[in-house]
Order: sequence, then C-alpha cells, then structure tokens
Amino acid sequence: MTATTNRPAPGPITPPAKPNLLYRPEFRQAVYQVLLVVCLLFAFWTIANNVADNLARQNIASGFGFWNRTSGFDISQSLIPYSNQSTYGQAFWAGLLNTLLVAVIGIVFATVLGFLVGIGRLSSNWLIARICGAYVELLRNVPLLLQLFFWYFAVLKNLPGPRQSIALPFGASLNVRGLYLPAPVPEPGFGAVLTALGIGIVLSIAVAIWARRRQRATGERFPVLWTTLALVLLLPGAVYIALGQPLSFQYPVLRGFNFQGGIAVLPELMALLVGLSTYTASFIAEIVRAGIAGVPRGQREAANALGLSSGLTMRLVILPQALRIIIPPLTSQYLNLTKNSSLAVAIGYPDFVSVFTGTVLNQTGQAVEVILLTMLVFLTISLITSAFMNWFNKHIALVER
Amino acid sequence: MTSTTAEMRPPRSEVGVIGWLRKNLFSSPTNALLTVIGIWLIWTVVSNVVDWALLHATWEGEDGKACSREGAGACWPFIQAKFSQFMYGRYPEPQRWRVDLTYVLAVIGLVPLMIPRFPGKLVNTLYMIVIFPIAAFLLLSGGYFGLPYIPTELWGGLLVTLVVASVGIAGAFPLGIMLALGRRSRMPIVRWVSVGFIELVRGVPLITVLFMASVMLPLFLPEGMTIDKLLRALIMVALFAAAYLAEVIRGGLQAIPRGQFEAADALGLTYAQKMGLIVLPQALKLVIPGIVNTFIGLFKDTSLVLIIGIFDLLGIVQLNQTDSKWFSHATAMTGYVFAGLIFWIFCFGMSRYSLFIERRLAASDRR
Repeated sequence: MTATTNRPAPGPITPPAKPNLLYRPEFRQAVYQVLLVVCLLFAFWTIANNVADNLARQNIASGFGFWNRTSGFDISQSLIPYSNQSTYGQAFWAGLLNTLLVAVIGIVFATVLGFLVGIGRLSSNWLIARICGAYVELLRNVPLLLQLFFWYFAVLKNLPGPRQSIALPFGASLNVRGLYLPAPVPEPGFGAVLTALGIGIVLSIAVAIWARRRQRATGERFPVLWTTLALVLLLPGAVYIALGQPLSFQYPVLRGFNFQGGIAVLPELMALLVGLSTYTASFIAEIVRAGIAGVPRGQREAANALGLSSGLTMRLVILPQALRIIIPPLTSQYLNLTKNSSLAVAIGYPDFVSVFTGTVLNQTGQAVEVILLTMLVFLTISLITSAFMNWFNKHIALVER
Repeated sequence: MTSTTAEMRPPRSEVGVIGWLRKNLFSSPTNALLTVIGIWLIWTVVSNVVDWALLHATWEGEDGKACSREGAGACWPFIQAKFSQFMYGRYPEPQRWRVDLTYVLAVIGLVPLMIPRFPGKLVNTLYMIVIFPIAAFLLLSGGYFGLPYIPTELWGGLLVTLVVASVGIAGAFPLGIMLALGRRSRMPIVRWVSVGFIELVRGVPLITVLFMASVMLPLFLPEGMTIDKLLRALIMVALFAAAYLAEVIRGGLQAIPRGQFEAADALGLTYAQKMGLIVLPQALKLVIPGIVNTFIGLFKDTSLVLIIGIFDLLGIVQLNQTDSKWFSHATAMTGYVFAGLIFWIFCFGMSRYSLFIERRLAASDRR
C-alpha cells in the first residue's frame, strides 16, 4: 500500500502564547504553600493566644521553673535515689528510667518468646505448629490493656498473702505483694570472677574474628559456638570455684507481715512485663514466620543438597536471609512495646507517663510544658531506636555484586 | 519384551492414620518429645479452662457471696446481671432500641459492602458514608423528631467501643489520604508538614494523645467554649489513626506504576481528577488488608479511653469490678474473660476478612 498522508506545508512557527500566570505550575505551587503556611501560622497563633489567656485566668505559671521545686510525692520504685523531698526533675528521671527498665527487659523477653513461637509455627510437628498458631491468634486479638488488667487484677492480686507465699525454686517466693528473689552479694575475690568473664568475652570475640578470617581463606569451619560457651561459662566458673565461691545470696525471709531482704519485684512491674512481652511476642512471632517464609524455597533445597543438617540449614542459610526481612518490622514492634509501656499508668506502675504526665501534671497544672516534654522524650527514644536498628540493618544487609 | 510388575501397596506405616502420625508428630525423637510436651500443655490448659468455666463455675446467684466458695470458678451470674450495662452503659433502658436499630442499619450497610460479588457498591458506599452517619447520630444522640436527647455521658459499654472505633477510622480516612498525598507531593512545605505530623503522632503513645485531649484541648479553646468529653477523645483518636492510615495508604500509592500517573497527565486530567479517578481507586484497593489491620489496632486501642474517664466495654467491666455487691475472687477474672471474648470475636473476624481480601487480590493479580 502506498498511501501518502497529506501534511500541511510547514508555515512560520508562531511562539505559543505566554500562558496565563494562573496556569503555571510553579506559581500555583507557591500559592498553595504560602496559603498552607499562613493557615498553620494563624492556627498556632490562635491556639497560643487562647492558651495564654486560659493559663492567665487560671493563675498557672508557665516556663520550666517547676523543674527544681520539691515534688512532695513518693514513687514506689526508683532506680535512682528518690524521696518525696526530691525535685520534679528527679521525678522525671526516676520515671524515665522505670520506663526504660520495662522496655529493655520486655524487649528481651518478647524477642526470645516471639522467635520461639514464630519458628514453632513453621515446625514440621503438626501439634507444635497448631499450638503456636493458637497462641498468636489468641493474644494479638485481645486489647493489651485488657491483658494487663487480667494479669494484674485477676491473677497477681488474687495470689495468697505473704504468710501463705508460693515457694519457687532457688529460694524465691511469690505472693500478693510481689515476687521476692534472692539477691546476689559479692564477697572479696568476686572481682576476679568478673575479670575472668571479661577476658572470656574478649577472647571469644577474638576467636570469632580469627575463625571467620580462616574460613574466608581456607573454607575450614571452626566450632565457634562451643569455644565461646567454654570461654564465657567455664573460664569464670573455674575461677569462681578456685577462689572458693566468693558469692553468697541474701534470701528473702518472712519477718512480721512482709518479706525482708532479697530483690523485691513489684506486682505492677510483673504484670506489665508479662503482659507486654507475651502480647508483643505474638506480633514478633508473625514477623518471624513471614520472614522465614519469605526466604526462597530454593535456598533450603540447595542447603539440603549440600548435605547440611536441618539445624545448620536454619542457622547458616535461612535465618541470616530471613533476618533482613525481619529487622525493619521488628524495629517498629520494639518501638510499639516502648510506647505501650505507658499503659503502666492504668495499673499503677510508676513509669514515665504515670509519674510525669500523670502526677507532675496534676500537681503543677502546667499541661503545655509537661505534654511537650513527654512528646520530646518519646520522639527521642523512637529516633534513637530506629537509628540503631537502621545501623544494624545496614550491617547485615545483603551485599550485592 | 515388556513385563509389568504388580503395583505394590505402600507400606502400612506410611499411609492412613499411622502414617500421618509418624510423619507429622513422631518423625524424630526430638519431634516425639515435642509432641508429648505439646499434649501435656494442651491437657493442662484445656482441663483448667473447662474446670474454671464449666465444672466449678457458679451459674446462679444474687450477689458475690454465691461465687465466694472455696475453689469457685467463673462467676457467670455477674455477667448475667451486668450484661445490659456492658452493652449499653447507662443509656436509658426505654431508649435502648435506638442503639439496636443503629446496629441493624450498620449491618444492612456493611454486609453487602463486604461481599465482593454483591452489586451496587456505589449506592452502598454512599449509604455508608452519608446516610448512615447522619441517621446514627440522630438516633443515638436524639433531640430531634421527638426522640429524647441522650447526653454522651450516659453512653457506655460496647456502644462506646464501636462508636469510638468507627468514628475514629471514618474521621481518619480523609485526613489520612490527604497526609499520604502530601507526603508524596512535589511541594516541599506540604511534604515537610505531612512528614512532621505523621512522624510526630506515630512517635508518641496514644495515651499521651488522649491526655492531650483531656488537659490541653480545653486550653486551646477560647474562653467559655467547651467540647464534649467523648467528642474530644474522638477528635484525638481520629488524628492519631490518620497518621497510621497515611502510612498504609502511602504504601498503596507507591505500588501504582508510574505509567498510570503519566497516562493521566497525558489525558490532561487535573491533579484532583488524576488522583480521584485513576490513582486512589487502585491504591486503596491494594491496601484494604492494611486498612483493616489499622482498624483492628484502633478497635483494640479504644480501650485506652477508660484512662481519661470514658466508659467503653473494658471501662464498664473495670468499673463493675469495684461493685461491692458482687465482690468475690472470681469476679475480676470472669469480667475480663467476657470482655476479652467479645474483643476477640470482633478482631479475629476482621483479621479473617482481611486475609480473605488479601487472597482474593493475590488471585486477581495472578490471572
């Protein structure tokens, strides 16, 4: 087919008419943004004015002058010296440390339990897989606050009194006032054991580095796990026995109406830790399961073809790859746990929100300052955690060619 | 020469019940041990639960004394006596049909909306986002058409839980979409404002936000102006949910191929047309599971409103524990188990639905 299309002869090119200013994207964008800024500024200005008016009318001071005033209230658990003669500033730190304590212990428990349940859910054992599945579906579909109430009011508050305490192994005992653990008391010579432990840790890190280099160079593997265990456990253990066991335990004993001595764990702290870690573990388990399921099937088959045992396949092939999928959502679960620890206020554990945003705010009435500081604290915690996890994530990320 | 051997049956230990047991429960010594531990665990839990909930439970009684015997299990008369409170709070008894009618209206709208095959999605959606909220507000709050006005202080129980969760998510939707679009905008100030809001809200716990609702919102308002306590909580819950929803929707926006945006531009569509007609319908459909999950999270988080003195389901249960008439050691446990069961049914149902949609989407992608 030879059909030619008739094109109009090219005439003189007329430059397009200059578009109206209103139709230029840059101009429009500038207008929108200026409008947004003006609206926001107006809103802030109105709010600030109203707040100033309201505060003036209620005779509430502003500024951070309250920081150094005496608080006058007690805190049932504090990691730093604190009494009702201390300042609001010290109350702030006591509360913050209590929150961090719960967060750190909770994260450790939740991670261990979560990984166990998550791997268990993929177990070839039908029964174990079902049990782990039931655990996840049960715990993550019930509000955390309800679970905390359950542990605190229904379980721990129904425990027997100090005289009928439940005796636990290793001289610990449990009653309605809390959990009493034996406290370790170091005696002279215990420093040597700690030194041995330090040396063991340093040596095992050195061995791990050497073993990795050797494996890179020759392909030979070295039993790093066993040497590490030996160095970290046996070396200090041997020193401990050689020096005549320089560590004694102070056991809690019943005196009058309560236990004395030992380490006392508040029932509020126990309820919070149990509730937070079992709840978060159910989410971590799902993340772990998804991460392991996300590793291509060929990887497992290749490992089997190489003759690796199922344990080695998991440790050397599957988990390192699954971790890359697991780490980012795991980070947000850690942050969730830290944020959820603020539910402590409902069961009376003196965490940061309960002490500072609750009691200090009520006593001083300085809502603006207290809430701003609260937000600042949580933002700082979440920024630090995500920075660390991003660093860790980068460290283990897949290095592609 | 061809010869055939008779087909042999697989060994008896490989098929049937025994084969299944060998393969799934006793494939190795470790597995056998795990199975035994598992059976023991299940037996302990199930026998204790049955003992507590059925065998040793109290079924009849007028007060806590009936449940106070030694070794008593669940205190079911407590639930029976307080059931209507757990459902409606202090909503006046003769008016409770209004709450029930609202539930019926919601179910009429929701069920066909959730079944993908059901026709008339547009009419249905319009009903749910325009007619139903107005009807629900008029019915629940009253003050019009001869219905007596019921102040929100009297609302409570499951009613408040459902109201906070659904108003929260409905209010969060438009703001969440705007924030998600803002975060991907080319205008730097719009982007910074969106990112700032999203990260600020996601960085703090809901409790702080609710504390803000109860102590700071009143300070923000000019003198003499007050907002209802429930409304304050609703505003804050909606703002909180919007930040989380924005991140979910952003995930959907990122999954839309660039060609779709370019095609819309090539057709000369305006920004609103491009987003409203081309991008958002596809993006939102992709993230339905994420939206449902956000809703589940929000539904569970509504229980936090009890901390600022609003009595949702958990709040009412907690309040009734302190009723001295029903004092017994079993009361608290019974109340929590009951509330937990209701929360669980809702959340589990929703998570199954989200799974169903996810599978459907995956199937339509495979083609």
